Amino acid sequence: MAKRIDVSDLNIYYGDFLAVEGVNVSIEPRSITALIGPSGCGKSTFLRSINRMHEVVPGGRVEGKIVMDGQDLYGPDVDPVDVRRQIGMVFQRPNPFPTMSIYENVAAGIRLNSKKMKKSDLDDLVERSLRGANLWNEVKDRLARPGAGLSGGQQQRLCIARAIAVEPDVLLMDEPASALDPISTLAIEDLMADLKERFTIVIVTHNMQQAARVSEQTGFFNLNGVGQPGRLIEFNPTEKIFSNPDQKATEDYISGRFG
Amino acid sequence: MSSTRTTPPSPPGTGRSVRRPGDRVFAGTAKGAGILILVILAGVAAFLVVEAVPALTAPAEDIPGDRGLAGYVAPLVFGTLLAAVIALLVATPLAVAIALFIGYYAPRRLAQGLGYLVDLLAAIPSIVYGFWGIFWLAPKLVPFYEWLEDDLGFIPLFAGPASTTGRTMLTAGLVLAVMILPIVSAISREVFLQVPSLHREAALALGATRWEMIRMAVLPYGRSGVIGGSMLGLGRALGETMAVAIVLSVSGGITLNLISSGNPSTIAANIALEFPESSGIDINTLIASGLALFVITFVVNMVARAIVNRRADFSGAN
Repeated sequence: MAKRIDVSDLNIYYGDFLAVEGVNVSIEPRSITALIGPSGCGKSTFLRSINRMHEVVPGGRVEGKIVMDGQDLYGPDVDPVDVRRQIGMVFQRPNPFPTMSIYENVAAGIRLNSKKMKKSDLDDLVERSLRGANLWNEVKDRLARPGAGLSGGQQQRLCIARAIAVEPDVLLMDEPASALDPISTLAIEDLMADLKERFTIVIVTHNMQQAARVSEQTGFFNLNGVGQPGRLIEFNPTEKIFSNPDQKATEDYISGRFG
Repeated sequence: MSSTRTTPPSPPGTGRSVRRPGDRVFAGTAKGAGILILVILAGVAAFLVVEAVPALTAPAEDIPGDRGLAGYVAPLVFGTLLAAVIALLVATPLAVAIALFIGYYAPRRLAQGLGYLVDLLAAIPSIVYGFWGIFWLAPKLVPFYEWLEDDLGFIPLFAGPASTTGRTMLTAGLVLAVMILPIVSAISREVFLQVPSLHREAALALGATRWEMIRMAVLPYGRSGVIGGSMLGLGRALGETMAVAIVLSVSGGITLNLISSGNPSTIAANIALEFPESSGIDINTLIASGLALFVITFVVNMVARAIVNRRADFSGAN
């Protein structure tokens, strides 16, 4: 079920390098939270710290707290593998497993979580997930074909189906439409509007119109210069960010004066 | 020059494109290199066939052993395949494990050193492997063979009687396994490192542990590369001469008994041992057995390619 996320005093490091500094934010359940900002400002790093994917890079670590419905994600006895099973992720470039069929791609997460599942139950779940990702009608006749044979937009929706198949609490999306054409982008955005009924969604995007279209809350990240840590400059309802932001830097960025 | 100038510009793909000298030189070189391989192959094949013809047409009693050419070559083919299959069965899992350890488990500094050491195995001359096999490995394996005979003797492979020198088909296979280990593991390591981080992260983001990530993303992606590496290793095992000639105690014909001292020889080792004392039709017979090895290698490679292509759609190459 959708859960809320509270981040307090979060610093993210790669080795000795402080990449993101002092993030405090609360992310509401059943809503879409957009993160915007110029390249290198740490918004993707912050996103990846929510499901501890930044630790995949050697030296990646955090100070501070991320709490999901009372559960400290960085508690001493918390396994990052368990965190990632609760918090799904969709990447910038569609990455279905090339060696798996469409069906196997969707079922991949289930096979990890619970090894035993009746074939008919698995069939149902794959269909439900593909319907949930608005992909069922396009692929139902070729479930055994490779996932890499689909178009870019279809592949990205396949990745979303794979992520929601395991019923995560939160769905993280790292520029999910930046590699897609406008029609596919629209399909993904429509899908997100459906998915927020069931999931907490956090999306990183370079496309400010997209943030304005889909999100309820928007966070603006910025950094003072190269080598400086990124900071969360402003976090407000999307409407306010795009009409009357509190910070001058936010307004400059939104209005295209820099970035 | 003037002719290309006067040609009216045509839309791409419809007319003849402009041929630049650089393109022409490169295309010619590449084509020449490709043709050269075919010419060499054809030359070898032609030589083998021509030289083998006298043996192919000779009456059975002229062939050494008096059992005809098929009777002479069959045990050799069997021995060659058996030794190579043992080597492959032992070396491939080990090589994949080494490659995974180097690529995904070992600390970076250890990984580099280890990779270098494994590669170094490839630089050891095969005759050294032969001496290592006969003087060190074979005696060490004798107690093991006795145990196999006593406790697993009901399996035909280990029926015995166990060799007292250890110079058995299994020893030869193990020596070959060590010899092909570096090439299989080096190629496996390279393909495992080429798995895009995108796919590895996809598995990790689903909540895969490191081993699950390897099973989900790394091994399937590297599958065709591992098969290719194994085939290169198999090629070396099939054709290996000196190590087998030294290690293997040869007497008798086709047997699946891996731990006795009566073993069929392999084609390459047999040629090396017999050639110096052969003349006339005997040489033609040896060359005919070489032709058989040539054909085996060809068939093995074609089968491997068929295996790789069977799931080409899922290879990740697209």
